[in-house]
Amino acid sequence: MLRYALLRILGAIPTILLVIAIAFLMVHAAPGGPFDEERVLPPEIERNVERAYHLDEPLPKQFVRYLGGVLRGDLGPSYRYRDYTVSELIANALPVSMRLGALAMLLALALGIAAGVLAALRKNTVLDRLVTGFAMIGISVPVFVVAPLMVLVFAVLLDWLPASWTGGSGGGRLIMPVIALALPQIAYIARLTRASMINVMTSDYVRTARAQGLGTVAIVRYHVLKPAVLPLMSYIGPAIAGVLTGSVVVEQVFGIPGVGQFFIQGALNRDYTLVLGITIFYAVIVIALNLAVDLAYGFLDPRIRAQ
Amino acid sequence: MRRFPAISSVIRRLKGSRTVMTCLLLLLLIAVVGIIGPLLTPHGYADTDFATRFAAPTFNELHLFGTDELGRDQFARTLLGVKVTLFVAVIASVVSLGIGVLYGATAGLFGGKIDAVMMRAVDALYALPFVFFVILLMVVFDRNFLLIFVAIGAINWLDMARIVRGQTMSLKNRAFVEAARLTGVSTAGIIWRHITPNLIGVVIVYITLTIPQAILVESFLSFLGLGVQEPQTSLGALVNTGVAHMHRAPWLLIIPAGVLALILFCFNFLGDGLRDIADPKYKV
Repeated sequence: MLRYALLRILGAIPTILLVIAIAFLMVHAAPGGPFDEERVLPPEIERNVERAYHLDEPLPKQFVRYLGGVLRGDLGPSYRYRDYTVSELIANALPVSMRLGALAMLLALALGIAAGVLAALRKNTVLDRLVTGFAMIGISVPVFVVAPLMVLVFAVLLDWLPASWTGGSGGGRLIMPVIALALPQIAYIARLTRASMINVMTSDYVRTARAQGLGTVAIVRYHVLKPAVLPLMSYIGPAIAGVLTGSVVVEQVFGIPGVGQFFIQGALNRDYTLVLGITIFYAVIVIALNLAVDLAYGFLDPRIRAQ
Repeated sequence: MRRFPAISSVIRRLKGSRTVMTCLLLLLLIAVVGIIGPLLTPHGYADTDFATRFAAPTFNELHLFGTDELGRDQFARTLLGVKVTLFVAVIASVVSLGIGVLYGATAGLFGGKIDAVMMRAVDALYALPFVFFVILLMVVFDRNFLLIFVAIGAINWLDMARIVRGQTMSLKNRAFVEAARLTGVSTAGIIWRHITPNLIGVVIVYITLTIPQAILVESFLSFLGLGVQEPQTSLGALVNTGVAHMHRAPWLLIIPAGVLALILFCFNFLGDGLRDIADPKYKV
């Protein structure tokens, strides 16, 4: 287990470095600088501005400086929000984004697994068709279509829930964002759970258990659930990436002041450092959580460690 | 080992599945309507008319889907959106097809250490939130239209690479490839004559599943205002406009959202149906 854990951790480091290098080079390969659109400055002031942001140094030196900053948790100054560093902007916006994302993941896991297990146990019945049909819709229809339609129905027409973050208070304003964010993941998880359950239910040892007279409830509880749900672990990584992507849309639609909102504002304002910083931040979160999932998976399933 | 069934048998089985056929026909219809769009309406997609802003859908003056905040005909704009969305998706899928097939076939053919390293890289890339890198690219290179195609294509090749690699691995040890090698056919010749034709079936299936993913990314970017720019439009950009005016003119949201959902739904259904036919091990 220790060897496995060390290998995995060592494997994640070059990925993180590569991600930072690619993102950094992408920004610095751009034609023109971040201050090109502003009024023309006298050359000496322009030089001062460039020196302040270290833009006058050679590229490798800039990269090393930036990398050193990232390792210390410093993502540099924002080009547009002049009084803030990128790290401060992220830190301020993170709590609400994290609450939103964590709730959506929990909801997706709970509902997705429950729906998948039920559909598999009632295979080819109306219930099963309902679940698979819903899953198909959940996978096909993007968050930015679902979220506005939810607002239209539940906030504008029915007036049950607040349409935006500022329009309400307390937990009520989280209901729609969390559901909109969770829907596609519920759909994917339900589909994967159903397929995996059916796969395990038709295996030889389950037939043996049945032949020995064990009831369905006991079989599912003691023999099927764990091996059927365990493969889902490998979907958690993509699910987290999906939730992060979705949160950008959801925060935009509901006006939630989270990290995704800053990301889009930064992208529209050409705030290079902010977009670069958040991209790296997101990538590192995804890599770190994937690593955690990998380690947990290896801990729970010895076959994975052996590979 | 499973041989990909001949095209004719796939078509025969396709005809047996009513949902898949319905989706196929619907998509063809949508594509045709999108392409011949300008012939179907007297209004241009960029013609503004401030006298009739936010008109509800009406046969009066043939504003079938109403008008938007600048009085532009929403029917003409939706047709343009369909065309742009499908166009971006097809180009992006071709890009992802190119990268995926090349990468997957190389890994599969060489095998061993090269394969291990290449596929480990795919695993590592798999979980990255690529969309953010595309947005970074859009910011840096100023929303270049061509770049959108390439960037979207470049993020969707991973599945294709995996599938093609698996297929190549199983193909390269088959008797007919061995026979070709024994009779002195070169490696390039083997790839061209024996491997590629056998990959086409799987590739078609996965292209059908890649297109909706490409549509999703493109409309996501356009929805956020980072993709297709005015006066051009795409379904994602139209949904974005619809959100801004949903209180006053809900049809501006509902129609493009519905069309987009329908296209994505059909592609996913079609892809799933094709995969079930081509590769029954996925079917439960």
